[in-house]
Amino acid sequence: MGIKFSLLAVLALVLVAFLGVEAIGMNYLFGVLVPYLAFFLFLTGFIYRILKWARAPVPFRIPTTSGQQKSFSWVKQNKLDNPSTKLATVGRMALEVLLFRSLFKNTKMEFRQGPKISYQWEKWLWLAGLAFHYSFFIIVVRHLRFFMEPVPGFVHLTESLDGFLQLGLPGLYITDLLFLAAVTYLFIRRVVIPQMRYISLPADYFPLFLLFGLGVTGVLMRYFTKVDIVKVKELAMGLATLHPTVPEGIGVLFFIHLFLVSTLMAYFPFSKLMHLGGVFLSPTRNLPNDSRIRRHINPWNYPVKVHTYEEYEDDFREKMIEAGLPVEKE
Amino acid sequence: MDLENFLTQHQSAILKRWFNFIIDTYPPETAKLFKREKDPFANPVGSTIFQGMQGLYQELVREIDPETASPFLDKIIRIRAIQDFSPSRAIAFVFVLKDLVREQSRAADDPEETLSQDDLTSFDGRIDRLAMLAFDIYVQCREKLYELRVNEVKNRTHRLLQRANLLAEIPDQEPSL
Amino acid sequence: MASVPKANELIAGTDHKPPKTGWMDTPVEFRPGTWCYSGKSKNLEVVGLPNPREWSPIDDDWKLPENWKEIIFEGLRERIHKYRSFQLFMDICVRCGACADKCHFFIGSGDPKNMPVLRAELLRSVYRKDFTLAGKILGKMAGARELTEDVVKEWFFYFFQCTECRRCSVFCPYGIDTAEITIIGRELLNLLGLNIDWITAPVANCYMTGNHLGIQPHAFKDMIEFFVEEIEEVTGVKIEPTFNRKGAEILFITPSGDVFADPGTYTLMGYLMLFHEIGLDYTWSTYASEGGNFGLFTSHEMMKRLNSKMYAEAKRLGVKWILGGECGHMWRVINQYMDTMNGPADFLEEPVSPITGTKFENAKSTKMVHLVEFTADLIKHGKLKLDKSRNDHLKVTFHDSCNPARAMGFFEEPRYVLNNVCNHFYDMPPNTIREQTFCCGSGSGLNTDEYMEMRMRGGLPRANAVKHVHEQHGVNMLSCICAIDRAVLPPLMNYWVPGVDVTGVHELVGNALVMEGEHERTTDLRGEPLEGMEDSDNEDL
Repeated sequence: MGIKFSLLAVLALVLVAFLGVEAIGMNYLFGVLVPYLAFFLFLTGFIYRILKWARAPVPFRIPTTSGQQKSFSWVKQNKLDNPSTKLATVGRMALEVLLFRSLFKNTKMEFRQGPKISYQWEKWLWLAGLAFHYSFFIIVVRHLRFFMEPVPGFVHLTESLDGFLQLGLPGLYITDLLFLAAVTYLFIRRVVIPQMRYISLPADYFPLFLLFGLGVTGVLMRYFTKVDIVKVKELAMGLATLHPTVPEGIGVLFFIHLFLVSTLMAYFPFSKLMHLGGVFLSPTRNLPNDSRIRRHINPWNYPVKVHTYEEYEDDFREKMIEAGLPVEKE
Repeated sequence: MDLENFLTQHQSAILKRWFNFIIDTYPPETAKLFKREKDPFANPVGSTIFQGMQGLYQELVREIDPETASPFLDKIIRIRAIQDFSPSRAIAFVFVLKDLVREQSRAADDPEETLSQDDLTSFDGRIDRLAMLAFDIYVQCREKLYELRVNEVKNRTHRLLQRANLLAEIPDQEPSL
Repeated sequence: MASVPKANELIAGTDHKPPKTGWMDTPVEFRPGTWCYSGKSKNLEVVGLPNPREWSPIDDDWKLPENWKEIIFEGLRERIHKYRSFQLFMDICVRCGACADKCHFFIGSGDPKNMPVLRAELLRSVYRKDFTLAGKILGKMAGARELTEDVVKEWFFYFFQCTECRRCSVFCPYGIDTAEITIIGRELLNLLGLNIDWITAPVANCYMTGNHLGIQPHAFKDMIEFFVEEIEEVTGVKIEPTFNRKGAEILFITPSGDVFADPGTYTLMGYLMLFHEIGLDYTWSTYASEGGNFGLFTSHEMMKRLNSKMYAEAKRLGVKWILGGECGHMWRVINQYMDTMNGPADFLEEPVSPITGTKFENAKSTKMVHLVEFTADLIKHGKLKLDKSRNDHLKVTFHDSCNPARAMGFFEEPRYVLNNVCNHFYDMPPNTIREQTFCCGSGSGLNTDEYMEMRMRGGLPRANAVKHVHEQHGVNMLSCICAIDRAVLPPLMNYWVPGVDVTGVHELVGNALVMEGEHERTTDLRGEPLEGMEDSDNEDL
């Protein structure tokens, strides 16, 4: 049900853009107003969400320790999995954010007959996750060339590295393939593994279809039904420099692509995609395990009702005296 | 074809169907994990049940010897006795072999390759003996569970009662020779 | 041949399998052995928990307060604003499934709602409905659902079916910690008076008398003195512990389970012998006579209320620092909460071992040292005379308790001690120990007898790994540094791996410790004959 709903939602989006541009000719709406609105929603929504999280206090220091703690000088600490300093914590976070280290730990071990242990390569999720995020990132960087004049060196560099295979014309970008393959894998995994299917919500399928639609329209434009790149750049530069224009004859495919991007941006802050920002704030990862060394302050710490020693002694004084236990008041 | 040869020849096919049968009594979300995960430490349920079934199958090829069959049966039933199964479903996997073996036999094209009525009766007898064993083991497991409960309640305060001289313990005595 | 039942008939069996519905629409069923008795009203009243009444989870009517929805709603709102962890974990899960097969309850029971991601979704779905824009507009399509009594029952079932062991959080790419969600989930349930007897009774007892069983001060002292006699029987050495003594250098606190329940009692004997042998200037307290803190399993506030006794007593007695015994969740509280909640402990000094002079740098602020750290340091400096061979009748493995493992990172210290007190030590397979350790299946207040069936399921992955070393190396002793473990692993072993016993690390230290003035030992602390001493034992009888 979730799958169908999400797929239909994305198809409807495609249809809306197609009809809007092709039938009614609302090029300005889809070329300028919607992207602006989406970008605005993305930016304000993203910032709002981050601020909302950041405003919530971190009352306790609760890192998940995945290695040996700081102990005696003769015990080797596992600084990256159980950091006790800020620097090491940055290291832990970097590995987490850049290499998805926790996901990588998803090793499974196989016991064949007897004591021989062999490690099974159970890292497909990690690999697909990594492939997806990095290719998406590189694709975004590549797209900067539409928004900048002159095109900066790092964008050229990314393009040439990405297209190093020099296959076909225009040159094939590796990341286009990787992106589509990874998204497909992530989708199939959700459908085929029963436990994944059980936990998946429409909110999990929808972004996958959306991203797939983005990738497909992008690939179509680049390699198959060409659109007028010069005019696309004109439109993009117009958006970036706040002098929006919509040149004639770009081709409807572009507007569909742009509309899907706009949907993604607008949807982003209200969805699980916010894990992009959230991962940096996770208290089980971004704090050193040093709460025995340095006192962590809870901003809302409040006094609580306790049963004091005096009350306790009042309850048991006679018995304590009889048993020879020292008391405050005889 | 005689029973022993038949069982040996069709071991992997019957064993596989038998294993699938028992795993399919779990929710589908879990069944996949139990079937596929090869690491016995990440998947104790699936791997233990499979080991138990392999052992039991060897027992079935011969006559059932309660001494050697029990440990294999125990592996499987000990798990199912504490999961969400009624007693009958916990040990249903034993009975299902009657059907699986018949199907396997029917599937053979060559009449020479099928089992005779006598063979089937003999096989049913083995299953019946296994079923009786299974019943015993199931009850033992459940009894053990309640014994653990009682012991735990006792142990929780045992030392205290002992100290408070509330226990009238009869000292251990050597039997007089 | 028609008389032979068909396979699919047997699979249908006698159990009623409900029609296949999505998890949101499948209510829970309370079967015996899978739920804990409810908290008694007298215990709720003692500590002022809301809605005290007599009720049972199998009743149709749970006697919730009139405005229960409002209470949950307000409770959720308050906690979203107080805990970044909670708010974040409600928002950022992508349901990648990396945690799914990491939960011991899922592995052992096969119940898909025991996948950590789904346990959290039970709460998230309600959060989305009331607190997110998407949930308000899109409802079920955004994974949101209405809060109903069935949902609350489901929460009760599954939040008291999580041991807060944090194994799933090791594998989560965002560090989402199900323990954090379970803790808050239980807090919310407590607002409605939904709690279990095995947690509320210890909480009330601990609050009033200082320990879980409600042992009064004179009886506490009496118990310890009883062990002094037992030690004298085994070693010939007379020990004289002190209680509530002002001016002692160190206050020692351990879970009360060690005082009252076997085999923890033998561990306690080990503590007493060690302290005596090194001449430690320390005192016991009858007021702070509980290291464990079942408040952690109730609410953050209750945890603070119970924990306050440690610092209060240290201050009253004027000790320099605190030494803590072998306990699991007690050490999570000390390492991650105590100083923040009840500190600063500026009336104490930075801990220094009076025997070796070692500064415990890692406990500089909290001023509380783990006994196993303390002992490891003693051994490293050669301050203990140890006869390993006295543990030769034991083949030992070590169970990393969840909390010291994943809320502290306490891996090498216990192994160092074990390797110095026994000759036969074998670790279990790597994906079942250290940060990947499997829970005993009974942690976080679920170690009650009516829950035995569920405990056997949850403990299966742990037992399975013990079974492996039992079969491979003949391991017959499972050591641990947690009082709940010492209470619950014996029945677990009894069911899954008969022939394996359970011990604390300091019981093994006590066995190996060569004490000044001791007579030749013929038995270990349990009265079992030592290797080569099997015959000499008979004379005693």
